[in-house]
Amino acid sequence: MYPITTAHYLALSAALLLIGTVGVLTRRNIVIVLMSIELILNAVNINLVAFSHALRNLDGQVFAIFVITDAVAEAAVGLGILIALFRNKETVLADEIDLLKW
Amino acid sequence: MLTDTLFFYTFAALVLGGGILTVTRKSAIYSAISLIVSLMGVAGLYLLQDAEFLFVVQIVLYVGGIMVLFLFVIMLVNLDQAARERQYSRQWPVALACVLAVGAQLGWFLYKGAGAFQIASPLPAAASAPGLGNTEMLADVLFSEYLLPFEVASVLLLVAVVGSVIMAKKRV
Repeated sequence: MYPITTAHYLALSAALLLIGTVGVLTRRNIVIVLMSIELILNAVNINLVAFSHALRNLDGQVFAIFVITDAVAEAAVGLGILIALFRNKETVLADEIDLLKW
Repeated sequence: MLTDTLFFYTFAALVLGGGILTVTRKSAIYSAISLIVSLMGVAGLYLLQDAEFLFVVQIVLYVGGIMVLFLFVIMLVNLDQAARERQYSRQWPVALACVLAVGAQLGWFLYKGAGAFQIASPLPAAASAPGLGNTEMLADVLFSEYLLPFEVASVLLLVAVVGSVIMAKKRV
């Protein structure tokens, strides 16, 4: 068995980032798009903590805390917008909200 | 070392499996449950890397906070109609092609950079600072070097709280 290196964590983080990006780009349901954004932010956090662990430096973990703070703020505001949207347009599908489309 | 390897692959399987299920499930509830599995896997990875404080924050904030928020909204918003319709947008082949291109780039960089940046060498043994745990050291850094970003983050949270209340109100 190979020992686990930083490259393993980076590969895992890249894979999670790609999965989240596929979710954001292809799903129509806005709730699931928001969940995919959470996946992307978690991929960033895995990366930060992996480098923090490899370099024996805590700055990466501090930045991971800030990223989590941003994720919380993003989820709260995003879901608030979603509720307001559903109240006005009765839909949660991203491509039916096309008022600005020519 | 062997247990570390074993745990890493277990948590990686949780993270990736949960992530793929989150993106592909039709029902938003199943997606949310899969996302919880994925976030738990990420928490396990933090624990493997001696980031105990982040492990607790991940469980309490993500699994306990954000996911409950998501489940509330799923139950508040009527998703039955959306579950019966087409799940993927029409541009999905283009999106998939772009993501695969980015994935190929990332894989190539990892393959080439593994030697150049020494990220493929085994991790050094944990240097245990006497008496100071991860949380204490993190608090030290957070409240000295990163005090201003910390305060800015609190202002951001205040703005988010006010913003989400105004957004979700019936009449502004």
